Amino acid sequence: MGSALRDKAAIVGVGQTEFAKQLPGTEIELALRAITMALDDAGIPVTDVDGLASYTMEDTEEVDIARNLGTGPITWFGQVGYGGGAGCGVVGNAAMAVASGQCDVAVAWRSRKRGGRASRPWAGVGSKVYGYQQWTRPFGLLRPVDEIAMLARRYMHEYGMTREQLACVALTQRRFANNNPGAMMHEKALTLDDYLAARWISEPLCLFDNCLESDGAGAVVICSTDRAKDLDRQPVLVHAFAQSIPPQLQTMTNYFCDDPLRGPSWECAERLWRNADLGPEDVDVAQIYDAFSPLVPLSLEGYRFCGRGEGKDFISDGSIGPGGSLPVNTSGAGMSEAYVHGFNLIVEGVRQLRDESPNQVDNARTCLVTSGEGVPTSALLLRR
Amino acid sequence: MADDSFLLPGTDEYSTDFWAGFADDKLLLQTCSSCGSARYPTRPMCPDCRSLDYHWQEASGRATIWSFVVAHPPVLPAYAEFAPYNVVVVELEDFPGIRMVGNLVAAADAPINSVDPHGISIGEPVEIVFSPVSEDLTFPRWRRSSP
Repeated sequence: MGSALRDKAAIVGVGQTEFAKQLPGTEIELALRAITMALDDAGIPVTDVDGLASYTMEDTEEVDIARNLGTGPITWFGQVGYGGGAGCGVVGNAAMAVASGQCDVAVAWRSRKRGGRASRPWAGVGSKVYGYQQWTRPFGLLRPVDEIAMLARRYMHEYGMTREQLACVALTQRRFANNNPGAMMHEKALTLDDYLAARWISEPLCLFDNCLESDGAGAVVICSTDRAKDLDRQPVLVHAFAQSIPPQLQTMTNYFCDDPLRGPSWECAERLWRNADLGPEDVDVAQIYDAFSPLVPLSLEGYRFCGRGEGKDFISDGSIGPGGSLPVNTSGAGMSEAYVHGFNLIVEGVRQLRDESPNQVDNARTCLVTSGEGVPTSALLLRR
Repeated sequence: MADDSFLLPGTDEYSTDFWAGFADDKLLLQTCSSCGSARYPTRPMCPDCRSLDYHWQEASGRATIWSFVVAHPPVLPAYAEFAPYNVVVVELEDFPGIRMVGNLVAAADAPINSVDPHGISIGEPVEIVFSPVSEDLTFPRWRRSSP
């Protein structure tokens, strides 16, 4: 059993710009800064880069990245779709390209200027909505938060999750961010009273159940595990990788399949654990995609850290916090570090396995990183 | 621009008849002409038997509330004047497993904020009403079933 990819490729460099509501410079400048940081971190010359991996939603194009960096010939490039579901898929595809010999050194990146209100994608629509949006948006289900709030309400109804339990996601991640100088919310405390008093965005979700709106970029460098042994940095191995589009999935508005609360994470986990030598009990720390707080308990169930309907207890019994059995989102992640379509979760996963996290988990050997629940998704099981 | 009106469905080859049915006070479901299974949202192929042939059958319009949200600002300008307003997902009584997004209203011609959102509960029985939004387009909406 298992996949030919197992431990064959490694993340050997990471780079990340500062994060803020508004950063100077264009998206491509942010991308180029993050990529050159990652290559410097890896100790690999830019002329060795021959693979490029990005999101379909990425606005900086491969040809421009290659021409600006001054790479040699690029022999493999590819993109993954579905926004927040793509991040681990982008890195996983790059790892597959390296492991199969299509390229030797791949760079994966995400750059985003999202802090300005004018850049809110849901606001940039014409008077007609096409495709899957025609079934939902005319009725005022306008924003991603509305789409996930619908699932959150159903989850609360079926399993009795309270707002106080859900608040633990935002509160735990804020505590981690308060200890992470690179986090946008580094200096802002958050209490349960603050959470309960916050304005509604889409009931049952309030302001603090939402990710931040951020400018910033991140990048990682991937090469073969054999080559990684010659580099100075601790290599972080891509132990297993999986993607998933479960039967009858509708992206974001996943209300039309048989069992909407059994989201894409479930099938992604099925393949991930089958591809791995390890199981959920072996994971020391996890970075779980968090555009909205309910995605965290839903994903924890999907990846089998607890049973169905038990995610509400797992997030609220201390397990996900400092010193817990599975610290989750140790940089503050999308809700308290920055929201760059989950790419900073991958960078933080690498930091944990290099003993460089601001909230370092003792002796972390294995880290799960996931991409968006509720959309075609992906996950990486990283180890050192 | 969207500032003036609700977002309108950009219909396609497989959804035009569905949307057109509401003007005739009908909820029409796309139904496979080969195996008879109903599907929603509309699409070209039956995922049960791979047939591309389909017809339309009328559903009763009785349903129960499966979930709901209450949307607060910021929302698009046309919706902002009604905020906070509800959006519901209903499950059809005669086609279990088929769910649709809509709004719970007090009556066909009442606005999307005409029901107290804090009185809404999952499992409530509802029925479809037909609400014209322009000369050539009628939206389905839902009201509490009469006893």
